[in-house]
Amino acid sequence: MTLLKLDSVSKRFRGLVAVDQVSFAVPQGAIFAVIGPNGAGKTTLFNMIAGAMAPDAGAIVFAGEAIHGLAADAVCRRGIARTFQLVRPFPALTVEDNVLIGALLHRHEVGAARVHAHALLARLDLLDKRQRIAATLTLPDRKRLEVARALATEPRLLLLDEVMAGLRPTETDRMVAILRALNRDSGLTILLIEHVMRAVMALASRVLVLDHGVAIAQGPPEEVVRDPTVVQSYLGAEAD
Amino acid sequence: MMVPRVAGAGRRSVLLLGALLAAFVAAPFFVNDYLLTVLILSLYFAYIGQAWNIMMGFAGQLSLGHAIYIGLAAYVAATLFTRLGIDPWIGFAAAIPVAAACGAVIGFLAFRFGVAGVYFAILTIAFAEFARIGFDNWNLVNASSGLFLPVTQYAHNDVWRLRGDPTMFYYVILAATAVAFVLCHLLLRSRIGYCWLAIREDEEAARAAGIDTFRYKMYAVTISAAVTSFAGVFYAFFYNNLFPEQVFGISRSIEIILGPIIGGVGTLFGPILGAFVLTGLAETLNFVISASGLDLPGATQVFYGVCLLVVMAALPDGVWPPLARRLGVSGDVK
Ligand SMILES: Nc1ncnc2c1ncn2[C@@H]1O[C@H](COP(=O)(O)OP(=O)(O)O)[C@@H](O)[C@H]1O
Ligand SMILES: [Mg+2]
Repeated sequence: MTLLKLDSVSKRFRGLVAVDQVSFAVPQGAIFAVIGPNGAGKTTLFNMIAGAMAPDAGAIVFAGEAIHGLAADAVCRRGIARTFQLVRPFPALTVEDNVLIGALLHRHEVGAARVHAHALLARLDLLDKRQRIAATLTLPDRKRLEVARALATEPRLLLLDEVMAGLRPTETDRMVAILRALNRDSGLTILLIEHVMRAVMALASRVLVLDHGVAIAQGPPEEVVRDPTVVQSYLGAEAD
Repeated sequence: MMVPRVAGAGRRSVLLLGALLAAFVAAPFFVNDYLLTVLILSLYFAYIGQAWNIMMGFAGQLSLGHAIYIGLAAYVAATLFTRLGIDPWIGFAAAIPVAAACGAVIGFLAFRFGVAGVYFAILTIAFAEFARIGFDNWNLVNASSGLFLPVTQYAHNDVWRLRGDPTMFYYVILAATAVAFVLCHLLLRSRIGYCWLAIREDEEAARAAGIDTFRYKMYAVTISAAVTSFAGVFYAFFYNNLFPEQVFGISRSIEIILGPIIGGVGTLFGPILGAFVLTGLAETLNFVISASGLDLPGATQVFYGVCLLVVMAALPDGVWPPLARRLGVSGDVK
């Protein structure tokens, strides 16, 4: 069953076509990766799915409902949570309160939200740091915090924008393990933008390659990395 | 910034607050008339500072026109009293929806059409100025010649009609300040408080976490306006006269926000502490100036400016957070 479907979605910034008629479908329960060079339009694609900006053309359908043009909070309430590439935790609040706020979406009681937040903090290895002010965390911890806050809203689809960037290899492996466990245990569907190919290969069952806003390839990761166009436009450039 | 939770900080806070409240309750027995007036003024600003803090400190929406809610409420209660003989507490009950509706209109216009930050602040100033000009020309409320409440000597204090001596007014504003404190505390610990903090910290991230930011900003401006309205009723019955120029003036709106800024925006106790620091210092200054026989018009305003500069340079989070750390109680922004 398809959980998320994009149909010829486009976005223009003045003259620049940031996303150009992109179509793809994410099956329920899948881990789906979007890769591509910087400026390819990946984050813009996420912004449109998450409701941060409306597409200029095309349709975005989530669980059978057209969601393009909905506000970000309305999209979140329908079950899509996202992280930001440039992390945006609530800086002056504690780690615990950051996650608690996410948990309030589906819990009326603050106490119940706190209990749920603790469970997620434990899952993301942040329980010891729950009383720290978010702004004082290291970048990897802030990234984990964003994932925890997003998960606290109990999404059906999790959008992760480069959560591995800046992590050390051991931290990347830990994050991969956490995401895989989430996907396995609760059937969470994950759509991730990622530059760290080792994480993509380990996690994704399907990969979409964007270049200059255009989807140039799509398929299982082993196939996509051998695709000559992809090697030339992205992976090759990366190896330089 | 890093405030590790001190064990027992909660109990210490309660003890300190209890001691403070006891001191306030006992104060009228130990101070002279002049000091009592200073205390009333300080509590008045502590009350309004807390109300303003709901909007700015909790929800991050800067209002520079809070005098509009004070003025509207003052005029509603005073007009009902002078024209129809309606008692001030009933007048207050009528003033709450008026102030809240005014806040809701300002909020709706701003938040619906994406007026934010400094533009929002300017919009709030504009509304207060409209109100000032409107009341200045509105004959039903005596326009610019002002509205006066009858002042007669009362045999005893009448809390129900808010007629009485300064001690009565002192206890009324003390009770109001305490109620506002408890209300702010409860709001901050509730769902609505967390949503406000999220909006204050990062509105886009708040929306991404599923918060209907429009709705919660509307709650903030409406609740803040409603809480502020009591200060207007108090003002009308304490001073017994109302002039549009005085109650709606921009300088009134500025006075309101100095206490919380000096005490600590977004903290629970900062607005109270700031009001006392500022009023206390300003009165000391007035005392020194008049004792020295000099005539320095505008000295208080200059003094406010200097205070603000000093605090903002030395203690950007206000006086309360570092002081709270010293006392071993929770003083962080949340
Ligand atoms: N809000 C915006 N306004 C104008 N241009 C933008 C905006 N967001 C992204 N862009 C441009 O769109 C292109 C795609 O950006 P982005 O989606 O961030 O790429 P990626 O995430 O793949 O690195 C870039 O050229 C970027 O400069
Ligand atoms: Mg990006």
